Amino acid sequence: MKPISTGSEWTFDLIERYDAAIREIAHGEFHLDTYPVQLEIITAEQMMDAYSSVGMPVNYQHWSFGKHFVQTEKGYKRGQMGLAYEIVINSNPCIAYLMEENTMTMQALVIAHAAYGHNSFFKGNYLFRTWTDASAIIDYLVFAKQYISRCEERYGIDAVEELLDSCHALMNYGVDRYKRPQKLSLAEEQARQVERENYLQLQVNDLWRTIPRREKDGASRAAPRFPSEPQENILYFIEKSAPLLEPWQREIVRIVRKVAQYFYPQRQTQVMNEGWATFWHYTLMNRLYDKEMLTDGAMMEFLQSHTNVVYQPPVTARWYNGINPYALGFSMYQDIKRICEAPTDEDREWFPDIAGTPWRPVLEFAMKNFKDESFISQYLSPKLIRDFRFFAIRDDDRDDKLEVSAIHDEQGYQAIRAKLSEQYNLGSREPNIQVWSVNVRGDRGLTLRHTRHNRKPLDEASAQEVLKHVARLWGFGVKLESVDSDGTVQQRFDCHPEVAAASL
Amino acid sequence: MSNIIDRRLNGKNKSAVNRERFLRRFKAQIKEAVGKAIKGRSITDIDSGESVSIPVKDISEPNFHHGRGGRNDQVHPGNEEFIRGDRINRPQGGGAGGGGGKASNEGEGEDDFAFQLSREEFMNVFFEDLALPNLIKTQLMGIEEMKSVRAGYTNDGTPANISIVRSLRSALARRVAMGAPTLRQLREAEEDLDTLLESDADSGPEVRERRKRIHALREKVNRIPFIDPYDLRYNNRVKQPKPTSQAVMFCIMDVSGSMDESKKDMAKRFFILLYLFLQRNYEKIEVVFIRHHTSAVEVSEEDFFHSRESGGTVVSSALNLMHDIVQKRYANRDWNIYAAQASDGDNWDSDSANCGRIMQESLLPWCQYFAYIEITQGEPQNLWYEYLKVAEHYKHFAMQKIGSPADIYPVFRELFKRQPATR
Repeated sequence: MKPISTGSEWTFDLIERYDAAIREIAHGEFHLDTYPVQLEIITAEQMMDAYSSVGMPVNYQHWSFGKHFVQTEKGYKRGQMGLAYEIVINSNPCIAYLMEENTMTMQALVIAHAAYGHNSFFKGNYLFRTWTDASAIIDYLVFAKQYISRCEERYGIDAVEELLDSCHALMNYGVDRYKRPQKLSLAEEQARQVERENYLQLQVNDLWRTIPRREKDGASRAAPRFPSEPQENILYFIEKSAPLLEPWQREIVRIVRKVAQYFYPQRQTQVMNEGWATFWHYTLMNRLYDKEMLTDGAMMEFLQSHTNVVYQPPVTARWYNGINPYALGFSMYQDIKRICEAPTDEDREWFPDIAGTPWRPVLEFAMKNFKDESFISQYLSPKLIRDFRFFAIRDDDRDDKLEVSAIHDEQGYQAIRAKLSEQYNLGSREPNIQVWSVNVRGDRGLTLRHTRHNRKPLDEASAQEVLKHVARLWGFGVKLESVDSDGTVQQRFDCHPEVAAASL
Repeated sequence: MSNIIDRRLNGKNKSAVNRERFLRRFKAQIKEAVGKAIKGRSITDIDSGESVSIPVKDISEPNFHHGRGGRNDQVHPGNEEFIRGDRINRPQGGGAGGGGGKASNEGEGEDDFAFQLSREEFMNVFFEDLALPNLIKTQLMGIEEMKSVRAGYTNDGTPANISIVRSLRSALARRVAMGAPTLRQLREAEEDLDTLLESDADSGPEVRERRKRIHALREKVNRIPFIDPYDLRYNNRVKQPKPTSQAVMFCIMDVSGSMDESKKDMAKRFFILLYLFLQRNYEKIEVVFIRHHTSAVEVSEEDFFHSRESGGTVVSSALNLMHDIVQKRYANRDWNIYAAQASDGDNWDSDSANCGRIMQESLLPWCQYFAYIEITQGEPQNLWYEYLKVAEHYKHFAMQKIGSPADIYPVFRELFKRQPATR
């Protein structure tokens, strides 16, 4: 075969031919299942725009995106940072941005990485399948943008901005972690419509009824607990139950919640997702080279940026900044492939069910059915632990020294694997804070409860700040208790809406 | 088949609104920075961007996260020397080494959040206090005005710009040029025919043949088009920056002990505004700074704003000095003379009448505009009343008592209103 191109300049024709060649390999040889691809050529400025609205092509307007933009622009102009060479949007068709400054080889790399790697992950992984609706997200954001700008016209920019600030502070607590979403159906959408129309009726919710109840049935019963069970989705609870919010405010809370939910799978699959895309750009580009469609020069250029991407600095390096998700993810998929194709005795012992089987279905299964946490605990092999020279350190505030609790040796493999997996568990990385109770009959105060994990406390300054936002949304006093595993309250915060209004 | 879309021509300033929201939110800080910048800058250098920094604490968006403490397990790559059970001292300062990864993420970046205001943004903030009408703002911020001037002729343009004379002239030239060889042949043929006719009357066929040829040549000449697209000439116009002349601006300020920093700051804004106005209208501007107490001196801008004097006040000394300078350097009519005077109103009693006289006799006849501001909270004093009399007779003398920057603009109202007429 003749190489597709020899120079470094790209043209639309060449992009089309590279895309066709890569798709041929991805679909034909490796059976990657993807959404249709839409490649969009953009300038560096547009890349910065996309960056600052969290990668989405449309988004509502808020100062925090402006702040992001100012930051990116500053860094880029001073040459402190390059721009990410790809942004890909989980939508149908899957939109991948190609920056005009890139060379042809880089464009091919981005096409392989984003348009086929990430794309197939978005379409395959169970979290994305369950939680995000790729075909509707852009439409939803268009709706959100219009709705919010209408609210700005009607209620003033300040009122909307305040509300969004408060919602953003709780964004990470606006997702359903455990509950499965219901499949949207027409009937339910209609029901929701009716629900909105009947909003005024909802306002006279039994919950906030101020007319005294008749003593007959009320007196004997203890005041019912509300909510009947603790609620993990704080924004949802506020949307549905906050006493003083106007209908438009509830809708905006809902919008922020939906956006948060949309990004939740991405936050849980960083290693898997980036690893998968990296694995495929590596595999696809190598196949192109094998078929002699890439020149040696292009291959060298590709390998150079690939090795930069998957470099993992050791803990002793000055620029060490945690584990590189690209490196870990890429190595894990490569390692699974190795276990399938050339298993050692150790692999047969650790992975009896996949050692020596065809690698493609195994990899597909791994991509589809896990998130970072479970992926690592299922597939991190002793060989990889040795290769990365992983070691675990325990930092206990009851101990005056740090302790090396496990290293990459026979006794340590299991522990390292468990700890690394735990490290990617969003549930333990973020404080577990839930809606505990509402004093329905009294001052309408809301109580949140933080359940401590490994005795880790809340950061006081930020907790106090966020609580102000909760108070603003709730409209009445708000308390936050941090509770130890034995049930004793270790930290208490409270905030009144007047205080919040004065200091926010 | 993948879709490939070129989005490069789509709007690139999608984030402009968000940026503006951001500026709006941190207006207080930005205003402060702009205020500081105005103090620090020269009047002639007011018109550029500025770097602004905002404390990180004000700009952060809070969210719940873990504090330090409790039990943390952290896995790191690149073990070199540790074995299980090793005990290490806690690294001091920051939890980056073995502590919570969270803490190190949040802990860094205590520096201020610094960014650059563009020129427009800077000017907007500057204008904000001054309560300028929008039209004036656009005038002051406006890009240089262009005037289209004739620049000969070109071969292409719009039909409206066709130059008829030129087009016909070149059509004529073309017709002459194209017809010349044929006309010469025609002339030859006619001469030929004449000689033939004179010499022998009976050569019928030859004569007929000659006649035919002459006829053909005439036809050929006639076929040359009268006018051809090639002939068209268009008036050419090019944009040129509006021709501007030169102006000199006199800044006169009382620097006696009673003028404190805040009054000087107000005066500076007043001078800046006049300067900006002049900058839009004149290509070359000279600024003369005159400060005075009991006597007046011409000084540099630095000395003008930053040195303090004490003692009494004789305003006429400054007016006299200005008059001298005008006579010496700017007396020819090439200069447009503008003056701005700032004072807190103090003056020797007997001097005020003097001032009025100098103003009317030797300054106002030379000046395009003379603006006076009195920065004071108290009752106006005799200089004010004296100037009031002057103001009655001269439209280009403006005066205002100001307490805040918003009061400055009315001084210039007349000046900006005359704007269209002077252009």
